Amino acid sequence: MSYKIYEINEDLLDVMPQEIRDLQFKATWGNPKRGVMDLPYSKELIEEHSLCAGCPESMALRYILASLPNPEDTIIVNSTGCTSLVFPHIALHTVHSLFGNQNAVASGIKRVLEWRFPDKVKDVVVLAGDGATVDIGLDCTLQSFFRQEKITTICFDNEVYANTGGQESGLTVKGHVFKMAPKGKQWDKVPMWQIAIDSGCHYVARLTVSSPKRVETVIKKAIYVAREVGPTYVHLYTPCILEIGLNSDDGLDEMRQRDKERFAFFEYMTDAAKEVIERKKEEGLI
Amino acid sequence: MQTVKEQGIIYNRAGQRVVSPDYLLFEAPRTKHFMTGSEAVKEAVKRASVDASVSYPITPQSEAAHLIGELWVEGYVGVYFRGESEFGVMSEVAGCALAGARTITTTSGPGTLRAFENFPMWAGTRIPVQLVLMARGVNAPLSIQPDNLEVGFLLDTGCMIWYAENAQDLFDMILAGFVVAEQPSVHVPIITAIDGFFVSHTREAIMLPPEDIALPPYNPYRAPMPVIDAEVPPGRFLRDPFVMKSNYISYATHASWQWEVRSAIERSRPFAKHYLRGLTEEFGDPDADIVFVACGTAAAQSKEAVRLLEDEGVKARVVKLKTIRPFPIEELRQAVKGAKYIFVPEFNVVGWLEREVRRYLYGHSDAEIIGSPRVAGGMTMPAEVIAKEVLKLTGKEVKHVI
Repeated sequence: MSYKIYEINEDLLDVMPQEIRDLQFKATWGNPKRGVMDLPYSKELIEEHSLCAGCPESMALRYILASLPNPEDTIIVNSTGCTSLVFPHIALHTVHSLFGNQNAVASGIKRVLEWRFPDKVKDVVVLAGDGATVDIGLDCTLQSFFRQEKITTICFDNEVYANTGGQESGLTVKGHVFKMAPKGKQWDKVPMWQIAIDSGCHYVARLTVSSPKRVETVIKKAIYVAREVGPTYVHLYTPCILEIGLNSDDGLDEMRQRDKERFAFFEYMTDAAKEVIERKKEEGLI
Repeated sequence: MQTVKEQGIIYNRAGQRVVSPDYLLFEAPRTKHFMTGSEAVKEAVKRASVDASVSYPITPQSEAAHLIGELWVEGYVGVYFRGESEFGVMSEVAGCALAGARTITTTSGPGTLRAFENFPMWAGTRIPVQLVLMARGVNAPLSIQPDNLEVGFLLDTGCMIWYAENAQDLFDMILAGFVVAEQPSVHVPIITAIDGFFVSHTREAIMLPPEDIALPPYNPYRAPMPVIDAEVPPGRFLRDPFVMKSNYISYATHASWQWEVRSAIERSRPFAKHYLRGLTEEFGDPDADIVFVACGTAAAQSKEAVRLLEDEGVKARVVKLKTIRPFPIEELRQAVKGAKYIFVPEFNVVGWLEREVRRYLYGHSDAEIIGSPRVAGGMTMPAEVIAKEVLKLTGKEVKHVI
């Protein structure tokens, strides 16, 4: 539809909370060129957040929400975990269903919205942690790639089950000691970005969220390609500073270090995806 | 599903004329057909203006799911695909319904259990999804035979459960199911159950309305929860979301929400009564003090047993339960007035229906409640076996029975 759904009844304007009024008057609706540079000047689509102070995942969520090219017609599907603490704070249509079924729910939503609104663009974006995406939800994640669902899947990889208290996940690095891996993890980190390529994603990126502008570019590419071609996958390193023993102000340094090693920026695109990305660049939208 | 209006007549996207549920169910002329329960599912879906269906293979329901796929090819169903597992399918179906689609799927036995986490989620998100459940045994040991143990597991998921006796019942219940489940004051999922194979795979006579008329399409904007399509304001939880907060308000919210789902099922009673022509059906001599309380195939076999017993000079009757959730409490209490013996024949080893009957008749009936006969794992329940249970009790000599 349009951002008109955020317009408040005039008679109620004076009694509505400030952040709701700001959504109408100061948020960036109807502007596909919106991006992280708007963050200091506009109303964000996330109101506060309930994550730990300095949590890189909160940075990722803010950059992603600032970068959505079409927020007024974007549905966000999430899963259980730290991310699910944030979704009640987001001003868009969000769905939390179960743990690990996020890509299945998103598939149903996307297909029905295409059927109900054949003349409109409705973007469906999945935001989930590494446990939800790669462990318990791997089946639904990959099957949505196999089926070529036109959705964008974004994985917040903090290399641990953080919300449940710091247990080993499939994306934990080999040798790291966490709960449930008291001798250190016995096997390698799952290369999910490579699996996504092999499973049929048309655009795949791996990065940390140390550079807001780079996050914006990647998110826009992933959404535009998903809209026109097929599934896209973005793998973000959002370290759990709590579980790896860092202070609130250490998150950025941690990500910058990993930028040089296991989260060095990596990007893959199919020819069809490249065509879309080039076109959008020419249009000035990326 | 959108509609087109031409010269005062409304058509759905499949080009069928939209008629009222009452006309489709009660007034439209019907013609006689001969088909399986699975084919009856197809005929119902064809007339139900269905937006979406997601399928997964399992015996015995696959045929119904294939046939819905054919309807998709023919343009009667908007969205259709095969999912990865029942867990995935029930989640995909949830996505479809959340996005505003009238949605149907089918499953059986182990598939139901694989999908289980989804059912309370369906109820909690208040989506009026319809699940056609063709009950069969659950593992282990491996069984694909008729057995309705799984229905006992589903009783408290927050979904409505209706139980069809035969293909005709199933056809009518699928149509009525959408209408009742989608009432704004109800708006919870509906499970329409049958006994697998006995109903899904056998052919019987069935009366069908014409195929060029259909139910009014689902209007998601009448739903009590915002539809997830970005066309309406989202639920506003910006301030102090109660989700995940450890405080009394969050606990109370969760508890009251669960109560609300159960209340919604209760509120379905008057609608179900109307569209099913009562939550129960009685058969046999109304004065008989021997009563069979049953659902599904067990009710059908009990009716046959009543006929056999009549030959033996024993008066008996059947109270068939059409709905299990909501449970027809008042109807059952009224129906068993004067009963001395209540038999509850069932197709499972635990006797979940007997437990339900005991629970709701406690303090309301002096009859002896007998959870018998009970068969499982694919065993049939011949009418003679039911009659024999009664004759044993009355001390009568068994003549032509077995």
